[in-house]
Parts: sequence; C-alpha cells; structure tokens
Amino acid sequence: MGRFFVGAAQRIIRGTPLYYVWVVFLLIMISIGIGAYVKQMRLGLIVTGMTSYVSWGLYIGNFTFLVGVAAAAVLLIIPAYLYDFGPIKDIVIIGEALAVSALLMCLMFVTADLGRPDRAWHLIPGLGILNLPRSMLGWDIVVLNGYLFLNLFIPGYILHKAYNEKPVNMNFILPFILLSIPWAVSIHTTTAFIYNGLAARPFWNASILAPRFLASAFCSGPALIILLFQLVRYYTKFHVKNEALFKIAEMISIAMAINLFLLGAEFFKELYSDTHHLSPLEYLYVGLQGKGRLVPWIWTAFTFNIIAFFIFLIPYTRKRFVTLNIGCVLIIIGIWIEKGMGLIIPGFIPATLGEVWEYAPTLIEVLVSIGIWSIGALTLTVILKVIIPIELGEFTRTTKIVA
Amino acid sequence: MSKEELEKSDRISELQDLRGSSQIPDEGEQKELMDRRRFFQGAAGVLATMMLGSCSWQEFFQNNFRRMTKGEIEQTVERLRVEYKEKYGKEFVVGTEGPIDATLFGYALDLQRCIGCRRCVYACVEENNQSRDPQIQYIRVLRFKDGEMDLEHSTIYYDPEEVPEKGHYYMPVQCQHCANPPCTKVCPVQATWTEPDGIVVVDYNWCIGCRYCMAACPYMGRWFNFAEPVIPADKVNVNTHYLGNRPRMRNVVEKCTFCIQRVRKGRYPACVEVCPVGARKFGNLLDPESEISRIIQTKRVFRLKSELNTQPKFYYFFSI
Repeated sequence: MGRFFVGAAQRIIRGTPLYYVWVVFLLIMISIGIGAYVKQMRLGLIVTGMTSYVSWGLYIGNFTFLVGVAAAAVLLIIPAYLYDFGPIKDIVIIGEALAVSALLMCLMFVTADLGRPDRAWHLIPGLGILNLPRSMLGWDIVVLNGYLFLNLFIPGYILHKAYNEKPVNMNFILPFILLSIPWAVSIHTTTAFIYNGLAARPFWNASILAPRFLASAFCSGPALIILLFQLVRYYTKFHVKNEALFKIAEMISIAMAINLFLLGAEFFKELYSDTHHLSPLEYLYVGLQGKGRLVPWIWTAFTFNIIAFFIFLIPYTRKRFVTLNIGCVLIIIGIWIEKGMGLIIPGFIPATLGEVWEYAPTLIEVLVSIGIWSIGALTLTVILKVIIPIELGEFTRTTKIVA
Repeated sequence: MSKEELEKSDRISELQDLRGSSQIPDEGEQKELMDRRRFFQGAAGVLATMMLGSCSWQEFFQNNFRRMTKGEIEQTVERLRVEYKEKYGKEFVVGTEGPIDATLFGYALDLQRCIGCRRCVYACVEENNQSRDPQIQYIRVLRFKDGEMDLEHSTIYYDPEEVPEKGHYYMPVQCQHCANPPCTKVCPVQATWTEPDGIVVVDYNWCIGCRYCMAACPYMGRWFNFAEPVIPADKVNVNTHYLGNRPRMRNVVEKCTFCIQRVRKGRYPACVEVCPVGARKFGNLLDPESEISRIIQTKRVFRLKSELNTQPKFYYFFSI
C-alpha cells in the first residue's frame, strides 16, 4: 500500500512543463475562489446577488448542471457492460473519474450555497436529523453520496486488480455495476424532484421536468466526455478509438432530439393554455414587465442547442472532429445556460406574490464558482494522472519506483 | 464604531504589537507582514467561521429544540440571555412556554376594512425584532385595483398622501400557518415544524440556511438573514420566546409566529392589537364561541391560493 502511494505521488508531482502550468493555473484559481468564499463566510450571503425573492442562484444552477454531468457516466456504462461494446469498455473508467469530480463539485456547490455550513452535521442521521422520507433535499444527499461511493468503489476495485496484476472477478463487481445504472438515473431524477415537487413554483411544478433533466444531462455530460477523451489521447499514450467517440456522439443526437421535443411540448402547453403559469417562461424568453436579464442568455442556449443538434444528427459533421468539437462546446454552453440559470432563476420570477424581482450573480459568486470548477478540474487531473498509467499497465505493484 | 473603523483599529493594534516586540519593521516589511497576516487571518477566518462563527462550542453542539431535555433548554436559555445582554446591554426574557391545551390558533383578515396603512407591518417589526438593516418585514401589504385579485397585478410599492386610495383595496399577506405546510415538509433537517397549537416555527439554531423552505412557500412567508441582523439596542424587544422573536443570527431563515411570545400568554399578536380599523381577528379555532370561529361560521371567507391545498389557518373575509 505504501508503495502505491509513493508511486502515485511521484506520478502526480512529475509532469511536462504544460502540466505544471495547468496545475499552477488551477491552484491560483482555487486560491482566488477560497478568498471569495472567506469573504462570503465573514459577511454572510448578502455578498451574493440572492435575495428573499430569488433565493437560489448561480451556485444551485451549477449544482444542477453538474449532477447531469455525473449522471451521464451511465451512458458509457450501459454500452460497455451491458452490450459489451469493446471500444467504450476500454475507456469507461475515465468516464467514472469524470463522474467523481462532478459529484465533488456538486457537493461543494451545495455547501457554498448553505448559509450555515458549520451546521452541516445536522444532516447526518443519528447525530443530526435527516428529514427522510419527506425532504427531497434529504433524498438527494443520500443518492448523491451513494453514487459517489459506487463511482469510487467500482473503478477502485478494477484498478486495484490491475495494479496488483490480478484478474477482475466479474461475478463480484457486476452487481455493483448494474446497480450504478438505475442509481445514475436516480440522482438526476431526485435532483429534478427537488424543484418539481414545489407547487408554489409553477415553472418547476410540471411533470416534464424530470424527463427533461435526464434528456439534457445525456447531452451535456457525454459532450464533455468526448472532449475529455480527445485531450487524454492527445496528452497520454492512452488509446481511445474514434469508434467510441462517434458512438457517444450518436447517443447525444438522440438525447438532444428528445430534449428539444420535450421543450416543444412544454412550450405548447404553456402557450396554448395561456394561464399565469406562462409568466416565468415569458420572463425567460421575452422578458416580463420590462425586465428580462436572462433573455439574451436563453436565446443563446436555444440557438446553440439547435445548431449542435444538427451537427450531431448529420453523420458527415458528426464524424469530423472539427465540427464534432464545435458541437460539443455548443452543447455544453447551451445546456449549462438552460439547466443552470435558465432553470433556477425563472422558478422565482415572478415571486409567489407576483412581484418581478431580478437576479444577477455578483463577482463573489462568480469567483467562488470558478474556484469550485477549478477544484473539480484539479481533482480530475490528479485522478487521471494516477489511473491512466494503471490502465496502461505501466504502473503496477511490480513497477520499480524511479528515484 | 463602524465595521471599517473596527478593522482599522485592529490593524493599528497589530502594528503596535509588532513595534512593542522591538522589531519595528520598515514600510516594505510592514506591508509584507500585513499581507501575510491578512492571509493567515483569512485562513483562520475560514476555520473559525466554519467551526465557531461568532459563537461558542455549546452553541455549535446545540441540539434541535425538540430533542432537548428540560435541563438543556434551561442551560441554552441562560446562555442566550448572557449573549443578548452582552450584545444589547439589556436583561432578556427568553420564554419556552409550550402550547396551550385544546387550542388551535387561527387568523382572519377583513378585506373590507383594511385601509392599507401598514401599521401592522411596523408593529410586527418592532415586536418581533426583525433586522432593520438589511430590512426584514413579515407582512407585505398588497394593493389591488378594484375589480382585480390577480397577484401579478398587485403592488406593494404605493406611497400616497392618504390611505385608503380611491379605486383600490388592500390585502396584507404574511405566513398563513398552513395545516398542510410545504415549507416544513421540504426542510432537510427538521429545523421548522408545526407546533400542536398550529404555529409554524423555526429553530434558528438548527437551520442550516439552505433556503429550500423559501422556495417551497407560496406566500413569501419566509425571510432570510442575508447579513448580520441589526437592531438598535433602544429598539430591541426584550420579551421574547425561543421559537419566536428572540434575536436571530446571520444566514438563517425566520418568519411570522403569530407572535408566539404573546399568544401563548393569552395576548393578541402585535398586528391585531395595532390595527386601527379592527380588520385583524385572531383566536382559537377549536372554540366554537371564539370570534374567529364566529367569523368563519357567519361570513363568507376564503383562503389564499386554496388550489394548492396548503390549508391555511389564515382566512380572508368581507365584513359587509
């Protein structure tokens, strides 16, 4: 065990100049983020743009987006383990590493949003009180931590065997893998239910919310995965077949089609019935009472998603890396807007007593968010730095420790 | 002293400390020392706020009010009284009176009489020790045009020479003390609940500040202390209840409690008492002879957003 840690530490410390630049850059961003968080802790959430009208903002928006990224690992697990699709099976562990980093960011974003993180222990069953089965936030904490465990345990076991140069006992690990599939769906469904269950907020209180959550998660998560794999294969000896990437792209096109269809269904219902439930959608897409800070954002997202849909739909553009990568970037930005601010903020506008009070994140919120994203990126970098050599068979218990 | 002045004097005393230790640093060193110091202060600040905030270990480990033993409650009340005395220089009463038997509190508001003067809003602020800066007000008085009851067309921003204004009517809204409250259901730590007498309360020392209850409330009945609440010492109300108007801390949720500190002692809520036109009625729903019960029996009443099945114990009615 000691040997493993020494070897792993060496691999983390050593790298190309570009690696050092990247890590130092992340560390600077993290320090700035921590500085901003300290200020938030000292002065209270007044330093954010949140108010008693719009009581959730950028943090919860990012949280929601990242739960989707974490859930998307399942899109690798299904073809890899259920359909035994070789090209994806080779790379599934990296997808799980992405899920772990995304989950850590989720937990950090929720913590950043808490007014009293010092009382987080109140959530621990036994010591505190976790309000189950009634609170959806309580359930979300349970499923997120469970998913985090599965995504640490499954690749951890497989890598442990690889490190010790022993075969994987599929009979032992397969049940966990199978369990992780519905579990991935559950984290996103439960997160959707947090908002979905609130009758006070008609924008969220629509049964289409959870299906839309899943559809959009299966666009943005895999898009990130496609970009990540290209980086990994460029910078390491790790081999990722084009076939695997194109397969993932194909799945994105289906997910995006469903996402746009559900959006259309939502539009129809609200526009045709034309009740007061239309107001938040109106605020989002055209503005309400002369206020419409989100309007340019949501149209950007809408345009990006449509363009990306066609890029992924047409085989010619899907199978060319220039267009494929443009599509991925468009989807990530598009879904980040739609699922983040575009979902959270209009839920609060107009407020429950009818007032239109807008929200914009402050610099502090932006810096804390960048800090959390940087912690996520650093975590992913460090994990990959250790697990890729194990996957490649370059780092096992018999590898000599180079002085 | 303002916050900045305090920080400044802090820094000056730091420099004096340094000089006292016979190492008088030059300008550059001074700056560097200050920077380093500020960095460590920052780092320690995180730890301190994470672990302690401005409070003690007893406060950190304090249990949920409903799980405390009688002894623990007494200790906590004692600690709070000391804390408040330090902060405001006054002796506080922190009551822990329980619910009265066979009592279920209900409220009724006469829309015909309300003139929109907002005296209730300010009486509530004074009685319940709401923060003056940033301002928190539990009651919002909505103004409607005659012939409308559409919340989206209402406003709280009216400022005429005289109320009531012609062609308008007013509807004050506060916590509706629902019998089926969405806010307590969603709380992940049971920091808020309905007392046996129907009052929805918050344990300010148990709230983790996630604001889920605020998202869940259809009536804007919940308010968050985004900054350290400020109450001038000469304005603070020292007659408090643990679950009611005792001074709150930063980053927790608070709300109307029907003035729990008053009603459990047989008094009316402050808003009822102050209303100059008698538009506000309060009493025991379980007593068929009470004023509130008589109103529900004899007047046409309605409840706000009844389609949400929140079942408020707050009724609106028309006296004529």
